[in-house]
Amino acid sequence: MKVMAQMGMVMNLDKCIGCHTCSVTCKQAWTNRGGVEYVWFNNVETRPGQGYPRRYQDQERWKGGWVRNRRGRLSLKAGGRFRKLLTIFANPVLPNIRDYYEPWTYDYEVLTDAPLGDDFPAARPKSLLSGQPMDVEWSANWDDDLGGAPEHGPRDPIVERLRRESEEKVKFSFEQAFMFYLPRICEHCLNPSCVASCPSGAMYKRAEDGIVLVDQDQCRGWRMCVTGCPYKKVYFNHRTGKAEKCTFCYPRVEVGLPTVCSETCVGRLRYIGLFLYDADRVAAAASVADEKDLYAAQLDLLLDPHDPEVLAAARREGIPEDWLDAARRSPVYKLAKEYRVALPLHPEFRTMPMVWYVPPLSPVVDRLSETGHDGEDSGNLFGAIDALRIPIEYLAELFTAGDPAPVDAVLRKLAAMRSFMRDVTLGRELDDAVPAAVGMDVEQIMEMYRLLAIAKYDERYVIPTAHEGRAHELEELGCSLDVDGGPGMVAGSGPFGEASGRPAPVSVETFHALRDRQTTEGIADPERPGARIDLLNWDGRGRPDGLFPPRKESNR
Amino acid sequence: MTVLDILLWGVLPYVVVAVVVTGTLWRYRYDRFGWTTRSSELYESRLLRIGSPLFHFGLLVVVIGHVIGLLVPQSWTDAVGLSQEAYHLQALVLGALAGVCTLAGIAILIYRRRTTGPVFAATTRNDKMMYLVLVAAIVAGLATTLLGATGGEEHDYRLTVSPWFRSLFVLQPDVAAMSEAGLAYHVHVLIAFALFALWPFTRLVHAFTAPLGYLFRPYVVYRSRAGGPATRAPRRGWGVDAPPPGRR
Repeated sequence: MKVMAQMGMVMNLDKCIGCHTCSVTCKQAWTNRGGVEYVWFNNVETRPGQGYPRRYQDQERWKGGWVRNRRGRLSLKAGGRFRKLLTIFANPVLPNIRDYYEPWTYDYEVLTDAPLGDDFPAARPKSLLSGQPMDVEWSANWDDDLGGAPEHGPRDPIVERLRRESEEKVKFSFEQAFMFYLPRICEHCLNPSCVASCPSGAMYKRAEDGIVLVDQDQCRGWRMCVTGCPYKKVYFNHRTGKAEKCTFCYPRVEVGLPTVCSETCVGRLRYIGLFLYDADRVAAAASVADEKDLYAAQLDLLLDPHDPEVLAAARREGIPEDWLDAARRSPVYKLAKEYRVALPLHPEFRTMPMVWYVPPLSPVVDRLSETGHDGEDSGNLFGAIDALRIPIEYLAELFTAGDPAPVDAVLRKLAAMRSFMRDVTLGRELDDAVPAAVGMDVEQIMEMYRLLAIAKYDERYVIPTAHEGRAHELEELGCSLDVDGGPGMVAGSGPFGEASGRPAPVSVETFHALRDRQTTEGIADPERPGARIDLLNWDGRGRPDGLFPPRKESNR
Repeated sequence: MTVLDILLWGVLPYVVVAVVVTGTLWRYRYDRFGWTTRSSELYESRLLRIGSPLFHFGLLVVVIGHVIGLLVPQSWTDAVGLSQEAYHLQALVLGALAGVCTLAGIAILIYRRRTTGPVFAATTRNDKMMYLVLVAAIVAGLATTLLGATGGEEHDYRLTVSPWFRSLFVLQPDVAAMSEAGLAYHVHVLIAFALFALWPFTRLVHAFTAPLGYLFRPYVVYRSRAGGPATRAPRRGWGVDAPPPGRR
């Protein structure tokens, strides 16, 4: 047993309202640059829908992930080492920019430069790739909220598969439609096929926390990782010619902060924590014969952080004590393994993804409410879960390689929790049979409810910091602006006059400025620049010169 | 043997070698981030899928042909019983075939580069100059291949160019032999010198990092986070307990 730690995430899909705040803040933090205009490390797609890039789940076309070969071993679906090198000059299964979307801007200049005339000037879309006028025909969320679903819905690869398997049609008519949102980031897989596909060895999995990264100095732009990732979460920066991907916001995670997407999530649906897993058994687990066993095999890899044997093995591998403590408190371990309500996305790709999802109960509840039933009653809910095959089979294709049983079990647990907690809230007589029906006891149901419904920041994000013996620096998160002359740097005075020496950290500067401000006699002391008052530190005392426009005489 | 001959065939080769070696080291040291294929496959793949393999595989055969033609002395092929005629016939057939493939490939690629909007927009001046020299080298090379098969004694590069090329390695350049070679060879070699000298400063550097190591490494790469959190460089005066920044 070789114990390794893995940073993991769980997303509770019932809470996702599809607001795209995670996508927008992620883009602002990571991909607001030329060359990655089309790149969304985090995207939220409406299901059923084609996804981003279009139909990425169709591995018969895109050849991502691993397959089990005839000898029972794993091989890359797009071909092994020799095949990769033979096709290196033109990757036959690289998505085109149009499979994502061609990034564009608008010709805003026309709005101000157009000559006077009868017509309003219009800002035409212009391609950011070629600078030529273009027609906007597709983008990352073209089919958001089932927009154009009658046309785009049937092209969802999962809908296609369901159709083949069950004759039954997934309906896209308004009354019968079901819908939920699926936020996606890099899965930071235990068995990453992108890393395995990289000819340069520039992609790697970090030994400490399992985050999958691209070494920008070693990437040579061979583009095989883009093909290798079945989730299409490695992107090609067309300006720099290098691969880029979700970094799990490692500079934040290293200092104990959650990722940007989690931090800004309006629905607070994301959980971050540690998994301990057995690295020696990953290959065996990823190559089980039946795809439907992959979910169970993946669960089996996750080790119990309370088990003394596991702890001893972890200590032998040098995993520090506070990491083991974090693993014991890990919300993601609880949701995935203890309560078994979180499922991996597409385990059939055999990459052992480490972003897990609590499947949404809302399609079931919605349907019940629409038909005039009580959507919170456990009897109704259990009945509906049995009756509503289509949403459940759809979820099973997403999360359990098509096996409806685990999805069924999760939804029943969520339904049981919902109706049990309603009885608690309304002060009704509690029915122990409801938790028992899903194999849980009252205490577990209450704990799970707490974690899913009201867990606070430090319960949702249990992130141990990186160990470097440099904790004194962590209080000052690096800011790209506080370089010499940057706006974050406040001029200090060093041994050789103003601005000599190292720049003082902004927090130190602020501390001194506030102290000066509080101890100074006058409102603003021109002799002491630190006591200068601006709108940010003005405490309401007096009217410092220059802060406000002069009062008019008539107002006095 | 004139002074010009000595400069071109005795001095220039070493200048080019110096430029290539120091240029490559410099580029690797200071511009590892820029060391990439700068692939444009994301923009367009239909033409690329024909042109690029045609060019690259053609070029690989051409390189192997050069290695054989320049490094294997005539006495060795004589010793294994390969006649002059047979040797030149196979060199002509293989060389012309590979050369034409390479030329056709690059023609497709340049056509694609000019006509596909995003690809053309991503073309730098550096690229354009590189293409010019590269195409010139290929055309001149094809010309020498054809001449070598049809011409007489003066076009037998195995008596002129090859001995000179081998003599470069022992630091005794056989300038006389090279000056005997035909004009086409002189032109081809000079263009090749220009190409080599440009090499470290263009996107061609990707050839130096052909990922052969991929065949021998385990599929999944693990690296340890050496060097500490990536938030900022250590400050002066603050002791660092962690090992110095480095890879692996």
